[in-house]
Amino acid sequence: MSLPLVVLLPFLGAIAAPLFAQGGRTAIAIASSVPALIALAALFPHWSVLSAGGTVLHSYEWLPVLGLSFSFRLDGLALLFALLILVIGLLIIIYSHYYLKASENVAKFYSLLLCFKGSMLGIVLSGNLLLMLIFWELTSLTSFLLISFWTHKQDARRGARMALAVTGGGGLALLAGILLIGNIVGSFELDDVLAAGDLIKAHALYPVALTLILLGAFTKSAQFPFHFWLPHAMQAPTPISAYLHSATMVKAGIFLMARLYPALAGTEQWFYMVSFTGMATLLLGAYIAMFKHDLKGLLAYSTVSHLGLITLLLGMGTQLAAVAAIFHVINHATFKASLFMAAGIIDHETGTRDMRRINGLWRYMPHTATLAMVAASSMAGVPLLNGFLSKEMFFAESLELNLPGLWAWLPPIIATLAGIFAVAYSARFVHDVFFNGKPVDLPKFPPHEPPRYMKFPVEILVFACIMVGVFPTIAVGPLLFAAASATLGGDVPDYQLAVIHGFNLPLLMSFMAFFGGLLMYSQRQRFFDFHARFREIDEKAVFEAVVSKFVLLANRCTSWLENGSLQRYAMLLIVSVIAVTVMPLADIGFDIGENGLSAVDGATALAAVILILSALATATWHRERFYALVLLSVVGLIVALTFARFSAPDLAMTQLSVEVVTIVLLMLALFYMPSWTPLESSKAQRTRDILIALAAGAGMTLITLAILTQPFSSISDFFLENSKPGGGGTNVVNVILVDFRGFDTLGEITVLAIAALGIYAMLKDTALTPPPGDGLGHAWTRDHYPLMLRQIARPMLPLALMVSAYIFLRGHNLPGGGFIAGLITSVALILQYIASGMIWTQDRIRFRYHNVIGLGLLFATIAGSGSLAFGYPFLTTTFGYITWPIVGKFEVASALVFDLGVYMAVIGATLLALVSIGRLSPHSAIKSKKEGV
Amino acid sequence: MELLFALVIGALTASGVYLLLRARTFPVVMGLTLLSYGVNLFLFATGRLATGEQPVIGTASGYSDPLPQALVLTAIVIGFAMTAFLVVLALRNLADNENDHVDGQHETPSEQTQDQEVTSK
Repeated sequence: MSLPLVVLLPFLGAIAAPLFAQGGRTAIAIASSVPALIALAALFPHWSVLSAGGTVLHSYEWLPVLGLSFSFRLDGLALLFALLILVIGLLIIIYSHYYLKASENVAKFYSLLLCFKGSMLGIVLSGNLLLMLIFWELTSLTSFLLISFWTHKQDARRGARMALAVTGGGGLALLAGILLIGNIVGSFELDDVLAAGDLIKAHALYPVALTLILLGAFTKSAQFPFHFWLPHAMQAPTPISAYLHSATMVKAGIFLMARLYPALAGTEQWFYMVSFTGMATLLLGAYIAMFKHDLKGLLAYSTVSHLGLITLLLGMGTQLAAVAAIFHVINHATFKASLFMAAGIIDHETGTRDMRRINGLWRYMPHTATLAMVAASSMAGVPLLNGFLSKEMFFAESLELNLPGLWAWLPPIIATLAGIFAVAYSARFVHDVFFNGKPVDLPKFPPHEPPRYMKFPVEILVFACIMVGVFPTIAVGPLLFAAASATLGGDVPDYQLAVIHGFNLPLLMSFMAFFGGLLMYSQRQRFFDFHARFREIDEKAVFEAVVSKFVLLANRCTSWLENGSLQRYAMLLIVSVIAVTVMPLADIGFDIGENGLSAVDGATALAAVILILSALATATWHRERFYALVLLSVVGLIVALTFARFSAPDLAMTQLSVEVVTIVLLMLALFYMPSWTPLESSKAQRTRDILIALAAGAGMTLITLAILTQPFSSISDFFLENSKPGGGGTNVVNVILVDFRGFDTLGEITVLAIAALGIYAMLKDTALTPPPGDGLGHAWTRDHYPLMLRQIARPMLPLALMVSAYIFLRGHNLPGGGFIAGLITSVALILQYIASGMIWTQDRIRFRYHNVIGLGLLFATIAGSGSLAFGYPFLTTTFGYITWPIVGKFEVASALVFDLGVYMAVIGATLLALVSIGRLSPHSAIKSKKEGV
Repeated sequence: MELLFALVIGALTASGVYLLLRARTFPVVMGLTLLSYGVNLFLFATGRLATGEQPVIGTASGYSDPLPQALVLTAIVIGFAMTAFLVVLALRNLADNENDHVDGQHETPSEQTQDQEVTSK
């Protein structure tokens, strides 16, 4: 439980910390330190297992189907990074306390910082690659928010966006790579992946997976050619730069490479891709760092260079190089974090970071100067400091690379060259800032030492630099061993953490680097002049230009696709459906299956011909809306007959009654709309639409034919067998609706109710004046309610109600049921509205249709939940038989109550919809004061 | 018989799709109605064509597949609700925007000139 806790705590802290913002800056800083302190305490007991090379695994299932689990795994490597994150995180909190101004949003700052810390811990402690990826993305997001912490600065926003775009893009590549690895190994669990190194490396997809994963690592760790985002991320507040861009986030890529080292490293592809990228980054970063006038810019490029160094070490593929890489991770984190903090102090006290203006600070802040000088010496690789030790190991390893022929000289030369640059820029940091004359035009003058405890974190880190440099074995020996052992999968080579290994070639290289660097610094003006001859590429401008081009392209795509025309959307949709189905359909072709064709009888053929002609006529003469509607109703009627013809009496009855309601609805709508459609589309467009329509029709014909002639088996035998004994009814369709699939039906009537209420809501306060005539020159009749119709309609009502009651009651056993009965009742009531008018009818209907819908849903739900009282699942039905006088034996099923609910919901919904439309005309709305709707 | 049935569905689909691609609300609603006839018949067809085999126990020697029928029955009713909703949407649009276009256009040229007259007044 302790490992998930370690990851979870910072997130909880992120929620809790803002609550302490009221208590002042000190309160929130203390509150923000608590999660890290608890986490350190929780990690401590595991040390005994880890120092012996063991691992701790806490795993919980999450989505086993996807191979994703809450799996947290602690080994030496994870512990090393976790300690860096936690300890430096604590120091950063102390430092931030003094760095942030009281006017700044400290709650947001600490909250984001803690979120970032949690995500980072998640990466290093994940025991599942997918889980790690989630945290990986979280660090990209939180670092975006942290870099853009000063949201009012455009540069900060742009720098943050660039960082997010680069690292987020790398995250996508990493996702793909991890999915490939998971596919190869068959598991995303880290233990399985690390054990399957040989399998992965032998797999055909290994180069692809490796490239993708390295893309993720290189973008995150600012390797060439993705290094450009890191210097621009320096727009962040300095504590953030010190934390994210020296110790943690940029080390995530390094961590990933070290983590997957046993699974991926040791091949030629690994060697060339990783070591050459590292070499390029090492040299480029060190070279550019020389020429930066911005303090943080210098440190940023130096960080790029050191990250390249670590990458190069990991790429070399030898075990000793990997140990050196891990060692340098520790050393770089300590000296670089302290240097960033020192730079922040200088910025804080002088108001600028421009080294052309900051000079001679030794006189004003000797204490800070001493600390910065020690840290910078470590960065340069001066003996007795930790940077020297790992750099020495690096020099030694660069000599061990067995490249063919003269190539063997390349790594040592590059290493020495980078060493020279490193000494030169470190010397610049020290000499230019603290000596070199007097300050020039500082915004704050005279500068003085910062608050006592703002230097405290720097002191701790500098102390660590010296301790590691002088007593390496005592200071980091066991931790380094545990981490190296975890990285290498057990077998750690013999290495010695001595301060001086005797006079050998690496030491000579160090001397060359040291004096070469000093010489270079002393001749710096020549180099500056040389460098000034080249036009510097502004990565940000290039990046912004690329981004705005993409935005433009995206906007064009969107406005091309989404032009506000339903006509066009429908066209694209249908055309894509046709395009997708055309290949499978070509395979099927004109396929007559095993069952063959059955004989056609004359009446059916005639009906089919009428149906086809009416459908085509509807489309052809659609501009005459009224006639098209009449033709449409013919189609609907024949569809009802079709159902009757092919053994579906329930469907026939439903279709028939729905058809009536639909046509009434459309007639009503037509009353308000223009009754003809103007000819708008061009001939070419109509031809195109006809072709699309014909293709769609042909496709449906072929599919239907293929289906109809194939033999099939259905789950319906179950329904046929159990309808009577299980559901108590012989009409299987009805029993399915109210019993077997009752829950579906409950859903359907709910949808019906929502649609009706939606219609009511849409039309509630709307008034539409119908046109004075039908638009073809005919005025409406003055006889609104014809006498004949009125006289026929009134006696029809009780008759129709009786029929619907009969249909309803018999529904369980013979064609009928709630849906059909409800529709028949609706039609009967609608007839009254048509014959006698809204007002007359509404006066006689004393209930609101909303209530009918509500009651219907209520009945259906009660009937369903009644079974719960007897311990049966929702919607279990029961039935029995009673004998009524005259009628005889009669079956009563609880499903009948359910069907009653259906019945009422259908009536309520249908009438509410139609009456709402009917009331639209202001004519009827004003007159019907006693409105029941 | 199967071929005839397939042709019926094809004709319904073709007419429905053509109307769906028109520029005004009313033809689109009619097109959807035709299309839903086609779709309902198609769903129904997955239970194959049977003559005189209504799925009512004890009334026939064999029974057609009741499951597609139950599905289509609710589909018909829901289809009506959908059509009604769509019609009302069109009416509301007509009331608010005095416009029954669905092609992104607002007025026909002749109506536009009328509009300009109204605004100039």
